[in-house]
This record gives sequence, C-alpha cells and structure tokens, in this order.
Amino acid sequence: MAALLGRSCRKLGFLSSGHGARRSVSTETGKSLNLYSAINQALHIALDSDPRSYVFGEDVGFGGVFRCTTGLAERFGKNRVFNTPLCEQGIVGFGIGLAAMGNRAIVEIQFADYIYPAFDQIVNEAAKFRYRSGNQFNCGGLTIRAPYGAVGHGGHYHSQSPEAFFCHVPGIKVVIPRSPREAKGLLLSCIRDPNPVVFFEPKWLYRQAVEEVPEHDYMIPLSEAEVIREGNDITLVGWGAQLTIMEQACLEAEKEGISCELIDLKTLLPWDKETVEASVKKTGRLLISHEAPITGGFGAEISATILERCFLKLEAPVTRVCGLDTPFPLVFEPFYMPTKNKILDAIKTTVNY
Amino acid sequence: MALSRISSRSNGITRPFSAAFNRFISTDSTPITIETSLPFTAHLCDPPSRSVESSSQELLDFFRTMALMRRMEIAADSLYKAKLIRGFCHLYDGQEAVAIGMEAAITKKDAIITAYRDHCIFLGRGGSLHEVFSELMGRQAGCSKGKGGSMHFYKKDSSFYGGHGIVGAQVPLGCGIAFAQKYNKEEAVTFALYGDGAANQGQLFEALNISALWDLPAILVCENNHYGMGTAEWRAAKSPSYYKRGDYVPGLKVDGMDAFAVKQACKFAKDHALEKGPIILEMDTYRYHGHSMSDPGSTYRTRDEISGVRQERDPIERIKKLVLSHDLATEKELKDMEKEIRKEVDDAIAKAKDCPMPEPSELFTNVYVKGFGTESFGPDRKEVKAALP
Repeated sequence: MAALLGRSCRKLGFLSSGHGARRSVSTETGKSLNLYSAINQALHIALDSDPRSYVFGEDVGFGGVFRCTTGLAERFGKNRVFNTPLCEQGIVGFGIGLAAMGNRAIVEIQFADYIYPAFDQIVNEAAKFRYRSGNQFNCGGLTIRAPYGAVGHGGHYHSQSPEAFFCHVPGIKVVIPRSPREAKGLLLSCIRDPNPVVFFEPKWLYRQAVEEVPEHDYMIPLSEAEVIREGNDITLVGWGAQLTIMEQACLEAEKEGISCELIDLKTLLPWDKETVEASVKKTGRLLISHEAPITGGFGAEISATILERCFLKLEAPVTRVCGLDTPFPLVFEPFYMPTKNKILDAIKTTVNY
Repeated sequence: MALSRISSRSNGITRPFSAAFNRFISTDSTPITIETSLPFTAHLCDPPSRSVESSSQELLDFFRTMALMRRMEIAADSLYKAKLIRGFCHLYDGQEAVAIGMEAAITKKDAIITAYRDHCIFLGRGGSLHEVFSELMGRQAGCSKGKGGSMHFYKKDSSFYGGHGIVGAQVPLGCGIAFAQKYNKEEAVTFALYGDGAANQGQLFEALNISALWDLPAILVCENNHYGMGTAEWRAAKSPSYYKRGDYVPGLKVDGMDAFAVKQACKFAKDHALEKGPIILEMDTYRYHGHSMSDPGSTYRTRDEISGVRQERDPIERIKKLVLSHDLATEKELKDMEKEIRKEVDDAIAKAKDCPMPEPSELFTNVYVKGFGTESFGPDRKEVKAALP
C-alpha cells in the first residue's frame, strides 16, 4: 500500500499570503491563530457588530464539533447562539425565513456531506427568493458554513467536496478560504454580503494551518481571485486546502526550471474570470486542481471559460488534476486524492506539450 | 463442573453448546417464563403481556452473545486507539439487549436496517468476528470487502441492509424494503432502526405516512439512548415520547436494557405489522461510550449517570442474575465463558490483522455495475488512467 503521497506535507504549514499579494491586510501582523480560531474570531466580530445576527446549527452551543463557535453562546446568550435538532432541511429553511425578515442568519451544517437534505432549500428557496419576488424579499442575510474536504480518514461521508453542485445555482455565492487570515476576512465579507452565501471551510486545515491573523475587523472582497505566487510558464488555479499541495508542486517544478503562477480563486461563484484570464494570457498554460471528482467538477467550468477567452494564447490543453470518479474512498484515499506528484506530472506534461 | 471445550472455530455465534452440563436441569428446551422488569407503555394499541416465554438454552445464549458483543466493542475501542481502526467508529456497548432481543423474536427472512452503530446488529444477524474486525481495519476479508468501514456493514443472506452514515436516511429505505416484502407476499417484516437524534428528521415522517397509507409491514424502532451525539433528547425534541410520534401509527415503549422485554415487543410488533401495518417501538436504552471514538462521552453527561446506569440497568448483568437465579450455571462457569469469549475475540483480531488490504484496483470496482464500461480519468485527461470494470 503506497504511503500517503504528499498528504503529510500539509503538516509542514501552508501558504502565506506573502508573495506578490495585493491585499494590505496580508502585511499586518496579529496573533498566531489556526483556522478554527480565526473563524471563531470572525463570528465573534460579526455577532458583536450586528445585534440582529444569529448563529445556529447542530451542537454549536458548546463550541461545535470543530470548536469554531466556542465562547459565542456564553458571550451573546442562548437566544442568539443556539442548537438545533438534527434536521438540515429544517435548519436551512429556518435560516432563510430569519434572513427574509432582515436578520443575519449564520447557519452551520456540521459536515458538507450532510448538506444535501438542505439542497432543495438552498437551490429552490434561497437562491431564487429575490428574483421571484421581484426584489420585494430577499434572504441575503443567510450564510451557510460547512466544513468540507478530505481529512485523511474521513471516508465517504466526512470528506466530500460538494462545491460543484452549488456553483451551478445562480443566486447564491460560494466562497472557500485557504488559510486562517483569509478565512476571517472572507467570512466577515460573506456574512455582510447582501446575497445568500455558502462558505466551505477546509476541515483539514482547522488545526493544521497556523498564521498571523490581525485582531481587528477586516473584510476581504468577494469575487476577487489572488495571485499568490507569480510565474511565467504555467498558471495553476485552485482553492481551499488543495492550494497547499499545489504550492509544493510549484516549488518542486521550480527546481526543474518551470516557473509557476498560482492563483487562489477564493470565490467560486461568481468567480474572477479576469484575473485568471490575464494570467493565462501571460503564461499560455492552465492547470486546475480540486479534490472533488473530475467529471463535472468546477474545474470544467474554469476550463471551458478560459478556452473561450484565451484560445489563441494557449500553448497546451487545459489540464485538470482532480479526485477520481468514484465515491470518496476509505482505505484508498491516498490513491484518490490529487497529490503533489500527480500535479507535478501534469505540470511537466503541459509545459512540454 | 467446568464447561467442556467449545469448538474454537468461531463462525456463527448462536451455536448450541456442545457441552454436557453436569446438572439435574436439562438445558436445551426447559421452558422458563421471565417477567420483564418494567411494563410496556402503549400508544393506540394493547400492550403485550409482561411474561415472556423463554428457555434455559435461550437464556445462556443471550448471556454468551451479549458478552461477546460487549467484548467486541471494547476490543474495537482499543484497536481504534492503537490506530488500527481509522475513520469513525461508533460503539454499541450498553445497547446489546436491543440487538439480541430483536434477533430472538424474528427470522433471517425479516430485514433489519440501521444507522452507523451497527457492529452488534451485524453480529446478531450471523456475521462473524473475523468479518467484523477485518472490515473495521479495512481488510479484504471484511463483510464489505474493506471498502465500507465501521459504518457500512451489510449481510445480504441474512437480510441485513446495513450500515448507513447519513442520519435518518435509512428509514425510508426500510419502508421501501417492507413494501417489497409485502409485494412479494413474503410474510416477513422490516425493522428500521434509528436514534433519538434521527427522530427529528423530516424524511422519517414522510416514510411513516406512506407506510401507514399502504399498510406496509414496517416496524420503526427508535433506539433512544437519550443523546443525539452530544445533545440531550429534551433539548432536541419537543416531545421525547418517540413511541407516540407516529400519531396515527401505534407505538410501544420498551425497556431497551431488558433483552426479554425487547424480544416480547419485537414479537408483538412483527405480528402487528404483518396484520395491520406499521408500528413504532421506542427502546429506552443507553450507550456507555460517547457518540463515536472522538467523543469522550462525558462533556454532556456526568460520570455518575453513566456508572449509575451501568450498575442499575446493565443488560448483561441482568441476564447474569437470571442465569444464576435459575441455576443454569455457576459464577465460575460464567467467568470461564467470558474468558473464552475474550480469547475468541483476540484470535479474531489476530486473524484480521494478518489479512491483506484490498487491491488498489478495487478503488474502481463497483462504482457502476460491471461491464458498464465507463472511464475514470486521472491527470491530463490524455491517458485513461483506469477503466471502471
């Protein structure tokens, strides 16, 4: 049985937003926090700054299964931070109703794998509310947070990446942070965004990722991708925890003389086409990587759009390094995952096309 | 007098003892009547009698099987801490009476479907310890070929439909199985088990409505261990009388720590379901471990509560007292039995440890039916990395 190829690299730390970043907040110092603490801080600030915001979901009262909601119930009271029974459909529906009355409903779905009972509510109710009521009503105050992604031993129902299902729904936004500093700023933007947002948090990074996070209230704009590493030979696009793996592949590729440009999409819907387009026009090559299965994954949308916009500038076909087309496996996880070596192989093949 | 050697090849668990008891009471079919410790509480039906027909054989079997289940779960706990079992592991110790009582009342043609706390139900349905430990450790010899893990045990030949990770999703499935049984005129029923947390899922009520409308032989069994993960039942449900939640569907509340009460209730439920349609059983039970191995189980309940239940209501202790009071075995014989069980479990673990992991090619099998011929792509999309068989 092959060893965990590259998954262990996650333990070494992860991307800083240092290289060539254009966000001023990235140069500020702050406290060293991990992902769940950063999210916790964001929630504290959100509830503090708006008295009509509420956090609810399964087990959030004592802090949640990932500790993201610690201290909230004690500080803001059980009327604003409360547990719900085990019914995702009910929780999201309830959140939509709350948001429709002008409140900020911050809903937690315990694992992204369990979001499907609420899928109807999100797609048919939340996404279309403003549209079908002719702007009389909206549920913009709704933010749904869910931990997603592989964690090493999650198996079928604790590892899924369902972002592609939601990217297909006009009317909602889908946001995925890559690190603690990003998560805090993005989550605050999502909560304050006047549209319903689904915020996927990479659960692998809850404890593993540690970064300096400014303690004040700051927001990172949505629908703006960030070039976190500049290069000239190939553009790599990803989001969430996968970026850590991609950066390692970039470092290895650099040793072989391939200069890689790495872009964090951050917001998947609506996504920043201009930044990616500009990058691909410079490099001429594109590689997309995500944990979700390759067929119908969000990489397909990026690929098709870039092809439309940059066809004549492309030196090689757009390549995608993604999860395999199988249910997320238990013992086979190392084979399923888009690992550093798979990405490296693809980089080399694309550059040598 | 010591029990004579029992065959060491453990395949099933409800084998009759080959031992010859040196007693004046013959063991095999001496009928014994046991009174359940608590009366049944009924909703829209007449509760069954508190006197349960049993036999000395059955009493000893109950003890042995429950002790085996208990030992298996404790062993799984150690294996998980030793990182031989990975992923998620939800242990059933404390709730054994439900599994064993249900089995005693039904046949292998009746279907059982449950959620993720399924190790003991699988054993009750005839699964072997080897299959259990292999599946937990992700080995080939496991009941789901190592591809399912702790939450996905299945046994088709005993009508055990698993083993489900998503809470509440198994109940509509169970009602569907009941529909098939009725359609095929099988004279069998389906027990769809779920927990007090799942009892608040909307799909349960949808399935219940359909079952009642079409008179399906579906028995919905709420294994109420009073905590949905970390949430106590009074904080999750407006009405914690889960047996009444069916409203127009009859229900029965049962002491889930008393294997004989469970047996009587399941027998009653089976007769009801075959004649009149769905019924809800609420098993008042308790789990000693936390929700899963990552939950210490003591942040939302006191240690006193746990040890209190262990002292007052432990299902194995109850059977042990009955065995001793009916003079079917001595303390020492029971202790020897427990020692043998421990050895049986250790042997099964050792055997499972030697078993290989599934072949890498198994990653792609059974996604679709064989021969469907789809492709699974790796990087580049230029080379087909694997063709799904």
